Amino acid sequence: MRPQVTRLLVVFGAAIASLVVARHYLIPPTFGKLGHYRAAAVDAVAARKVKYAGHEVCALCHEAIAKTHDTHRHRNVACEVCHGAAAGHADAPTEIKPPAPRLRAACPVCHGYDPSRPTGFPQIDPVAHNPLKPCYTCHAPHAPETPRTPEDCSACHAEIARTKAVSHHAALPCTRCHETPQKHKINPSAGLPTKPANREFCGGCHAPGAPGPKEIQRVDMATHNQRYVCWQCHYPHFPELK
Amino acid sequence: MSDQESQDRRTFLRTALPAPLLLLAVAGKVDTAGTTETEADKKPAYQATEHNYAMAIDPIKCIGCGRCAEACKVENDVPREPFFFRTWVERYIIQTNGETVVSSPNGGIGGFSSANEPGILRTFFVPKLCNHCANAPCVQVCPVGATFTTQDGVVLVDQDYCLGCRYCIQACPYGARFLNPITHVADKCTFCYHRLVKGLAPACVEVCPTQARIFGEFRVRSSPISRFMRQHVIQVLKAHLNTEPKVYYVNLDGEVR
Repeated sequence: MRPQVTRLLVVFGAAIASLVVARHYLIPPTFGKLGHYRAAAVDAVAARKVKYAGHEVCALCHEAIAKTHDTHRHRNVACEVCHGAAAGHADAPTEIKPPAPRLRAACPVCHGYDPSRPTGFPQIDPVAHNPLKPCYTCHAPHAPETPRTPEDCSACHAEIARTKAVSHHAALPCTRCHETPQKHKINPSAGLPTKPANREFCGGCHAPGAPGPKEIQRVDMATHNQRYVCWQCHYPHFPELK
Repeated sequence: MSDQESQDRRTFLRTALPAPLLLLAVAGKVDTAGTTETEADKKPAYQATEHNYAMAIDPIKCIGCGRCAEACKVENDVPREPFFFRTWVERYIIQTNGETVVSSPNGGIGGFSSANEPGILRTFFVPKLCNHCANAPCVQVCPVGATFTTQDGVVLVDQDYCLGCRYCIQACPYGARFLNPITHVADKCTFCYHRLVKGLAPACVEVCPTQARIFGEFRVRSSPISRFMRQHVIQVLKAHLNTEPKVYYVNLDGEVR
């Protein structure tokens, strides 16, 4: 055999051999087993420690509280929402105690008024609502209820009340347009107030012949956009004139 | 070519060729040894192939309390600095002048400062996280295979194998990745994979007080997520990018990006 061929073969052989050796040492053992990644990495991620025990674990010991909690309005609010991560407490119940938030700052995290929050979610103005009084003195956090029947609609419908207060309808009480059953104040979703149903309801004040002071804007109910109901264009709590 | 020479070549090939093959065989043996070891380590209770996870988010229910972002940081040891988040809450304010303001102070953990009400046309919160795309750009760009989709459909990062090259952070259209300042490798939401294998819900889902996050088995018809998906009009973020996210949104405003 010619010496250059031998040399070439030796070089190729050595290159292939070193590639195989390098592959063996450089590619992690489980790489490619399940896909283009280390299968062992999945186990590494799965082996991380759990910090939030989950509400089922809490109920194992705190049976009475869980029973109260699960039958009241906060039933879908897991224990660790307020008490923080408690897996440590579940593992060592006497050594690690989760905090119970008693400061006034705790509840407005969810219940402070924010215009971005969904309409109907119970919200208060943390500054004006019984200043300096810790929330739990009136509201039981595991069984939250309004301590007494709200006197005004604005206790819950603050946004609407504030809007209406600076509108042309400021002088009208809410009950002028909404018939409100008493039980709505105690259990809001059980008895819903009525809403005006037709154009004639608004016409009761705004039709040309309707009783009332002459300052009330009058419209001819027969010709004024009769295809629409009034609140498609005019927001009743802040009625636009034009 | 002489007889002598051809004889030499034959002998050479006979001796030289099997050497790399032998090495290959040895390497193969070691490989199989490695895999059997991990198979033994794996818990037999959890079979990844039997699961397929997805999350749905209902922004209408979100109250922006930031408990999810807080729980995520605690559960996953995410650095407390206000720029590292695996999940966060954004507040959208669409103003009457047509401008849209998006804010997420500390991911929503400390709550949101009150907005100037008269200028607001619409406003709402949108929780965000890694979308665990079925066609994930971050997985495609990773040069070493350190980020991947598991058999149960979760996109994970191999912390021991990641180089920290940041390609995936740039590739993610949802801004869901960051470079962990402690480990110096890419970090992101794992759907709390360590909780899933134990049968627990992700920490953000566990602590959401209004059930704005729904989580579960995607292919099981009776799971909360499947039922939710049947009953709502579903959207995904940046559908035009064809990433096929597994985080679904309902009632999403057109301004949300």
